[in-house]
Amino acid sequence: MAKRRVIPTLLTDGVSLVKGERFRSWRTVGSVVAAARVFSMRDVDELVLLDVRATPEGRCVSPEMVVSVAECLSVPLGVGGGVNTLPDFEATLRAGADKVVIGTIAIRDLPFVSAAAQRFGSQAVVVAVDAVDDSSNAVAIEAGSVDVDMSPIDLALKAVDAGAGEILLQTVSRDGLQGGMNLPLIEKVSASVSVPVIASSGAGTYEHLLEAFTAGADAVAAGAMFQFTEQTPRGARNYLAARGVAVRIAD
Amino acid sequence: MKIEVEVVDLSINNLASLCRGFREAADIELRTIASADESRGAQLMVVPGVGAYGAAIGELRSRGLDRVVGDHVEAGSPLLGVCLGMQLLSGSSEESPGVPGLGFIPGAVRRLVPTGNARVPNVGWGGLEARERAEAFPTLTGTLDFYFVHSYAFVPDDDADVLVTSSFGGGQFVAGVWRDNVLGLQFHPEKSSRGGIRVLADVVAWAHG
Repeated sequence: MAKRRVIPTLLTDGVSLVKGERFRSWRTVGSVVAAARVFSMRDVDELVLLDVRATPEGRCVSPEMVVSVAECLSVPLGVGGGVNTLPDFEATLRAGADKVVIGTIAIRDLPFVSAAAQRFGSQAVVVAVDAVDDSSNAVAIEAGSVDVDMSPIDLALKAVDAGAGEILLQTVSRDGLQGGMNLPLIEKVSASVSVPVIASSGAGTYEHLLEAFTAGADAVAAGAMFQFTEQTPRGARNYLAARGVAVRIAD
Repeated sequence: MKIEVEVVDLSINNLASLCRGFREAADIELRTIASADESRGAQLMVVPGVGAYGAAIGELRSRGLDRVVGDHVEAGSPLLGVCLGMQLLSGSSEESPGVPGLGFIPGAVRRLVPTGNARVPNVGWGGLEARERAEAFPTLTGTLDFYFVHSYAFVPDDDADVLVTSSFGGGQFVAGVWRDNVLGLQFHPEKSSRGGIRVLADVVAWAHG
């Protein structure tokens, strides 16, 4: 079994690095490329770049931005934001993404997931499952602005059936708050699907990461925790390794 | 004198990160070649590849690059196959029955069989178990993990051609092959962070002789 991964997430509005809470109140906090460089120097396992304004603004994440981030990296890069067509998907991969995160389109048009998996391989297709909150049976689309009556587990299962190679599991009500992760959901989805689950939303401490891995996550993604605290992905790997989690061995 | 490296470009994947990785690894003269006329000869030739076996072999043939690579190997010059490029070194693949491979290392490519927790495609970081002769590539003998993305793996006819293996579903698959001047790596050095760059440096040093 592949090693458990710790993945910093970079959020952008298409121009700058941004930070939000609960998929809202975005504020600018710096430069995307500068942040990518820092994480590259810190020898991360993988990086995720999400353009949170792409879908609301009716555009696709810019290939130029993907190129500029990919140029900093020698590890895998996942990219998402308004990728709704096969040409957009291909352009994002050609710009340097190794996989593409799709959300809204996966709910509106499930066959798109299959088409993308067939054309680019399931390893390139990550479906974002955004639970509205801990209790709900609803998932959010349109960058968190619209709720759809569908359980996160159902969406994850459908996405995997259609060919998704990975699930990015988020919980809107916890996002950006660093108060801990939605462990029951992480546990349920990890146990239900046959592909890796990247748990996201709410990680604020190394202990939160450990909890998510114990719940069954294959990877944990975190934004704020690695950008606004002293904690680092390497520190996280050391902490996790000391507690028996099989993480990547780096030099 | 800088060593010259030519990377085969089949236009089916993004070569930028592999080229960047090589340039970071060593002071080399690197160019990509998309057709036979673009090749000027090099000490090291690299066959990368993402996608399906049959499609990649077809692309190599239609561009005349199968001959360029074949002549290069015949002359005894070093060749590196990366990921699908390693699989192309074989005689055939279950992925594309009936399509002959480059045939530099006897053997066939077989689909990974998922067992236990293991999932196909095998995606993610994994360690290596090195055979003794892997000492020629010091980074492969360490404890570092490398990044894999594949559904098939090369099974050489002769176990002596195996360089490194990696674990999958309770068993091992061949993660690197080496016979004379032909080398293959199943993982992506260019996506394997600093350890991967060091592997590329090892390869350049090997090609330098």
